[in-house]
Amino acid sequence: MAGLVPAIRVLRIEKTRDQAVPADIYLNVAVGGVLTGLVYGLMALGLSVIFGVVRVVNFAHGEMMTLAMYIAITLFTAFHLDPLVMLVPIASVMFVFGYVVQVRLINPFITRPDYMQFLLLVAVGIIIVNGLLIAFGPDVKSVQVSYAFDSFQVGPLIIDATKLYAAIAAIVVSAALFAFFRYTRHGTAIRACADNYTGALVVGLDVKQFYALTFGLGAACVGAAGVMLLLIVDVTPALGPAYTLLAFVIVITGGLGSMPGALLGGVLIGLTEAMAGLLFTPSAKSMFAFAILVLVLLLRPEGIMGKRAA
Amino acid sequence: MPRNKQTYQTRRRFNTGFASALLAAGIAPFNVGRAQGAALKVGVLLPRSGYQAGIGQDCQRGVDIATGVLKDLGLPSLQFINADTESNVDVARSRAEQLIGEGAQLLVGAFDSGQSSAIAQVAEQKGIPFVINIAAAPPITEQGYKFVFRNFPTAPMILRDAFIDQKEIFAAVGAAPKSVVFLAENDTFGVAMQKAIPGILPKFDMPYTILDTISYDPTARDLSVEVSRAKATGAEALLVVSRLNDAILLTRELIKQRWTPVMILSMGPGWYEDQYLKTLGKFSDGPLSFAPWYDPNKKLSKALDAALAKVHPGVNLNTNHVYTFEALLIAADAYKRAGSSNPQALADAIRATNITDNSSIGPGIQFDAKGQNDKILGGGIQNRNGKLITVAPGAASNGKPEWPLMPYNKRA
Repeated sequence: MAGLVPAIRVLRIEKTRDQAVPADIYLNVAVGGVLTGLVYGLMALGLSVIFGVVRVVNFAHGEMMTLAMYIAITLFTAFHLDPLVMLVPIASVMFVFGYVVQVRLINPFITRPDYMQFLLLVAVGIIIVNGLLIAFGPDVKSVQVSYAFDSFQVGPLIIDATKLYAAIAAIVVSAALFAFFRYTRHGTAIRACADNYTGALVVGLDVKQFYALTFGLGAACVGAAGVMLLLIVDVTPALGPAYTLLAFVIVITGGLGSMPGALLGGVLIGLTEAMAGLLFTPSAKSMFAFAILVLVLLLRPEGIMGKRAA
Repeated sequence: MPRNKQTYQTRRRFNTGFASALLAAGIAPFNVGRAQGAALKVGVLLPRSGYQAGIGQDCQRGVDIATGVLKDLGLPSLQFINADTESNVDVARSRAEQLIGEGAQLLVGAFDSGQSSAIAQVAEQKGIPFVINIAAAPPITEQGYKFVFRNFPTAPMILRDAFIDQKEIFAAVGAAPKSVVFLAENDTFGVAMQKAIPGILPKFDMPYTILDTISYDPTARDLSVEVSRAKATGAEALLVVSRLNDAILLTRELIKQRWTPVMILSMGPGWYEDQYLKTLGKFSDGPLSFAPWYDPNKKLSKALDAALAKVHPGVNLNTNHVYTFEALLIAADAYKRAGSSNPQALADAIRATNITDNSSIGPGIQFDAKGQNDKILGGGIQNRNGKLITVAPGAASNGKPEWPLMPYNKRA
């Protein structure tokens, strides 16, 4: 038998760390990391918006994203509705969900100690995970859209079509959110509530109503991010906690409460993970993301774009 | 109001009660014989949720078909107590303790080496037999355990057979890759395989060189960097040790990054799983998996195939079903021979197992002094049009290998 096998050689395991990696691979990996990071950024943006205004740390953030992903999967499975087409309707549903959660559950806890808010949202997260487990089971689920395997080639650069669509959608949604806070009366009022709670009450703003609006917007953001992430990753009910942690890493890196910081943090983490995987070892991708977090906490505890405490 | 006679003890009542007690004590020695008529309580531990949920639930299909097939084989019935390890070692340990507490007389599981190691410690400590369905890390049967048995090859055995089968296929198609890049997930199984390679490869004059070894997290949700890095090595073929989710992710990335290796040579699960075939459709065709497999020509394999088609129509019989079933076959066979559910008697009976009309490739099921079935052989399987064809070894094959992999962009 050995005679039939051409060019038989003794197998060697070569250490190839010193082998030259083509430059286009760096480019491809970097672009992929930035695109993924933009979607991460949008997800974290919701967390940052909620904390920045309501001062509640949403420990059910990843779980809320998973909920949106399952809504998208259900619509795709039942009616073949493309997740990108359903982005706005699902974000709207998540807005209502967030609004109701804030009004019914969180508002009564606003003046209570932090640990109570913390436990409340952890409980909400656990309920969502277990509810999804009961409804959908533990199987990995995904959507098979017609463009699932598409990519665009621009010279040596190969861009994953789904990541590109998701990143564009992330930019559009983020821009809309920035515009809302900057140019609308409601946005200005929400910023006023965030800047000075007592002052907002004094001038007659319905602060709790604006809190609910903000939580709804944060939920809509994370819902939109979930729909986009569904094009990139498969989903299980247990996915949520990992993304809650990731969102925390991103917003703490970018600056808790800072919207541009969340987007920047997302891109930074996405890019760091991608390049660390290429330059060192893929197993250590998360380690590098956490290393960035530790560095930021040491050198700039308020985050890259966070405001220094007075 | 008349006095209630029931409240008084009479001589007649005392004598009746005493006689009943004597009768009960008299038949006590026959309890063992009665236990033979009762079903053996088997705790089945599988990762039914978490990142291994897909495979864990696939293993469950082996449990689903067991009752009918065991009955047809004339073996005693088993009562299953299911538990979910949640793809987590610590949960596996606590669930094993819980099952034993609930009366499980024998444990079966747990697909994963790390989880199986944890369960083995509990089983040994409690003196309850544990039959491993799928787990390849060698240390599990190197601890001197008396209650732990494995009807599944160790990582070195899998590798040995994988390389033998690969060479057989290369010879059959008259071609072989000159270089490969090794992608391996870094859980207990993956690391065991990575460690085993340097010791085993020099013994097999393989035609290829490994250009790079890329290790990754099996729970990763994006493997684009891993595939980019693999592609950058310029290797002709992929050598992979993966699970289901990462096998799907790797394939997606290969397509998106427009790279079709000459062949994908998988030395673990994932690529032959039903969910892989269904999720990827036409893109699932072609990869060769070298894994512990079943002999499609054996009588029991045909019976299992028929039973699976009845219970789970459209699902291909695979390693998960066969080895989970065989673990239960070992339990039922031992229970029959032991004539008791006594743990020590069951363990002794399992140690003396000699099942020759089994399903997996090889001469049958026997255990060595360490509790390891060291006679199992691996097989080479190729995905074709949503079906799994055994292409090696020749004696257990039902088709010829196709080479090379059809480019992903040319699949109709």
